[in-house]
Amino acid sequence: MGAQRASPLPRYVQPENNEMTTQTKINGRPANTNKIGLTQQEYRGGETTLCAGCGHNSITSQIIAVAYELSLAPHQIIKMSGIGCSSKTPAYFLNRSHGFNTLHGRMPSVTTGAILANRHLLAIGVSGDGDTGSIGLGQFKHLIRRNVPMVYIVENNGVYGLTKGQHSATADIGQSLKYAGTNELPPIDVCIEALVADCGFVARSFAGDAKQVRELLKAAMSYEGTAVLDIISPCVTFNNDESSTKSFPYGKAHEERIQDIQFIPRFEEIQVEYEEGEERIVKLHDGPAVKLKKLGRDYDPTNKWQALEVLEQARRNQELITGLLYIDTSRPTLPQLMRLTDTPLAALPEEQLRPSRERFAQVMAEFD
Amino acid sequence: MSVIDTEVNPGGVGLEDRPPIVNDFSIVAATVNGSGSQTANNVLIRAIFKMGIPVSGKNLFPSNIQGLPTWYTIRVSKHGYTARREGTEILVAFNPRTADEDLAALPPGGVCVHPDDLKFAQPREDVIYYPLPVKELVKQSGADVKLRDYIANMAYVGALTELLSIDINEIYKALDKHFKGRKKPIDLNFGMVTAAAEWTRANLPKRDPYRVAPMNETAGMILIDGNTAGALGALCGGMTVAAWYPITPATSLADALTDYAPKLRGNEADGTATYAIIQAEDELAAAGMVVGAGWAGARAMTSTSGPGLSLMNEFVGLAYFAEVPAVIWDVMRMGPSTGLPTRVSQGDVLSAYYMGHGDTRHVCLFPGSMRECFEFGWRAFDLAERLQTPVLVLSDLDLGMNNWMTEPFEYPDQPFDRGKVLTAEQIDELEQRFGRYGRYRDVDGDGIPYRTLPGNQHPRSAYLARGTGHNEFAAYSERPEDWQKNLDRLARKHETARTLVPQPVVDLNEKARVGIIAYGSTDAAVREARDRLEQAGVATSYLRIRALPLSEPVRTFVEQHDRVYVAEMNEDGQMHQLVQLHVPELAGRVRSVRICNGLPMSARFVTEEILKAEQSS
Repeated sequence: MGAQRASPLPRYVQPENNEMTTQTKINGRPANTNKIGLTQQEYRGGETTLCAGCGHNSITSQIIAVAYELSLAPHQIIKMSGIGCSSKTPAYFLNRSHGFNTLHGRMPSVTTGAILANRHLLAIGVSGDGDTGSIGLGQFKHLIRRNVPMVYIVENNGVYGLTKGQHSATADIGQSLKYAGTNELPPIDVCIEALVADCGFVARSFAGDAKQVRELLKAAMSYEGTAVLDIISPCVTFNNDESSTKSFPYGKAHEERIQDIQFIPRFEEIQVEYEEGEERIVKLHDGPAVKLKKLGRDYDPTNKWQALEVLEQARRNQELITGLLYIDTSRPTLPQLMRLTDTPLAALPEEQLRPSRERFAQVMAEFD
Repeated sequence: MSVIDTEVNPGGVGLEDRPPIVNDFSIVAATVNGSGSQTANNVLIRAIFKMGIPVSGKNLFPSNIQGLPTWYTIRVSKHGYTARREGTEILVAFNPRTADEDLAALPPGGVCVHPDDLKFAQPREDVIYYPLPVKELVKQSGADVKLRDYIANMAYVGALTELLSIDINEIYKALDKHFKGRKKPIDLNFGMVTAAAEWTRANLPKRDPYRVAPMNETAGMILIDGNTAGALGALCGGMTVAAWYPITPATSLADALTDYAPKLRGNEADGTATYAIIQAEDELAAAGMVVGAGWAGARAMTSTSGPGLSLMNEFVGLAYFAEVPAVIWDVMRMGPSTGLPTRVSQGDVLSAYYMGHGDTRHVCLFPGSMRECFEFGWRAFDLAERLQTPVLVLSDLDLGMNNWMTEPFEYPDQPFDRGKVLTAEQIDELEQRFGRYGRYRDVDGDGIPYRTLPGNQHPRSAYLARGTGHNEFAAYSERPEDWQKNLDRLARKHETARTLVPQPVVDLNEKARVGIIAYGSTDAAVREARDRLEQAGVATSYLRIRALPLSEPVRTFVEQHDRVYVAEMNEDGQMHQLVQLHVPELAGRVRSVRICNGLPMSARFVTEEILKAEQSS
């Protein structure tokens, strides 16, 4: 049987207006379907096996909601993960998408390979603070350095869950855990690491802030390049004491949104109203945009130095700053840089992959 | 290297009165690493080769960029033998630091070509010297100061051309090829060769018996190294993603991919690429990229050597279990850890075969020639996709980095085998016949399930690939029966692999009670050793393994002989162990002939070891 030929489809159907879903009827009854005729049900996955109340489950729900809302074609998505609680979650969303639960800390390399094989896939990767901040830090940074197009979600809870409560590399300094004792090392900040590796989309959010998670996910899914979303996603079993910056009580009490973010699926100057000075529009590739509304402080998400300064202060003062921290749409992605054919490499027919007899003979003649 | 394979002074005649020895000797060029001697040696080899004389070259080089000693051996053999020969008759002593040692290694009657300012601590009476005024010749060449060290090596090319009667026109052609027609370096180098040849003719009367004479044994053949051959094969096999990390001696395989991909597969019209060659941050990431690409439908490969291979261990285990095609070239070098990175061995056989954690056995291919390096280059993808599993191609430094004569490669005679990959329509067809599609269901009874690729629009095509326990439908499962069933199917798939891999090459000698089993680069030594053994009254049969898992012909071969010697270059007799496991009831017949000293195996070693063992049995 012949090889599958993946057709290069757009990642999602561009709405003609900013409505992203529509009303249709199934068996005479009205059902909500999106622009490609799928119900939200069809974006679901298996039942979660994580703890009740786990922050990761709410992120899973937002991924489902956003994929549905954006009318993403499930067959064009790949769900990628490493190892850990967070990395189990691709089993809990988008059952109609292929996925790969890879090795601990190695999701970046596997995703890099998959995207090189098929540049039209939308890769949604879910990792954790152990998977990214410890064992996978090297691959994480090299993925970003290459600007492999993917949404890279870190479900960050500062603790190892599946192995029962060890400190992770993002744990607060001074964090005390039942069995692991007190952490005396400074935390690695995933967003700072992403920024210094030249990431063009760096955001932080909080699993308890569903609306912001949703809008950031939409923006990340529309971004061309590596989009890093560090989502503080509390572990209700091992690290949910209010003294921890990775806990629900702390997040609810202390989250400081750096701006109000709204995703605009189809940006047309005339249709979108915004107040200059208070709001700014950042256009994404091929149509969509995000509208950022100023909140407490003046913040320019295109200023890397400011982003680093704010993040470093937050890291030292144990503050939870959320929002779109940095955006730069200018870097070419890896497939662009490598000038890959528009047809996915995996879908090229034999005629294009095996050199002709003439070319072969020419090269052989070089050795004569 | 103090023992010589052939008698250099038959009949005990005077040093300078020996009859000519034509097309049957070796030259060793002792030089300084990084001095450009590789150009000189390649030019010599090529010229002799183009005179129709069988020739081979082996580079014994240090793990160093510049400054350490390096030896290049050129074997001229009218019989067509290409294995490493123990001892050389002609020494080019161009490295003062090793000159005394090199001189001591010459056999009586040997020849020493050296710069005239080189003084030996203990000059020998039984050696013929040809001192060359290298500095003076370099000065006269008019070469730029920066180029003088490089040019100096051309002095020995010129002297040997004259002394051995090498066709100087072939030297010119070889330089022309080496410098790709660039006139300036060709003229500069050839000027030096001519000057040295003329000076030799005028000042150094020929006193030794060695020379070459044209033959017609290499017509239509080419000279190539195995890494280049493998890369050409991969490009003809539709390689689409290659991820790699620099490591000696595998780097030149990735380099050759990079060099030849545009020539073989470039799209001149729009400059887009039908391949992605990517240098990863380490071997672990290289393996990850290959696995990700293979899963998504690419023909993906990497090339590495021992230390890199061990870093790929976890990924190979995952790919085996998640059933992802991948091609991994392991160009074997010496030792664990760094070992001797520029010396050859066959030490990864067992670790490659059983790579991973838990129960894993992998398809391993063992190219034994340039043609097989090429052929396995493309065939490995067919096997990997057919079997949905990693395929390891175990080459070695001797095959990979040295120059070998070969018939030109044949354009692949079979179309791609993309294996069992389902389109959306094919899922429907399959479901009509067999019920619900399951990624890991063994519908055909050969242990190989059907896979789908991301991008397939069928609502039931998607699955989550994983290293965790899974059932036939790729769903997470901790059920004991699911786990057992899956492993049983993988074992069945391994049995299918046994029938699909390249079968051994057998040369059966009806009279022989002794069999030799070998694989990979030792083929040259074994073939030559069989001639010698025959002369010593020991007839042998020969089976050359070309793949793991081992198959029926290996059993038959052992059954047909009283004693079977497995010749290999590792300390543990790794293939010997596998052959014994393959025929447990005949294990007593299977003996090990092994050496692990970093040098390519010699015919002399094989001959002596087998004779010794035969005498005591």
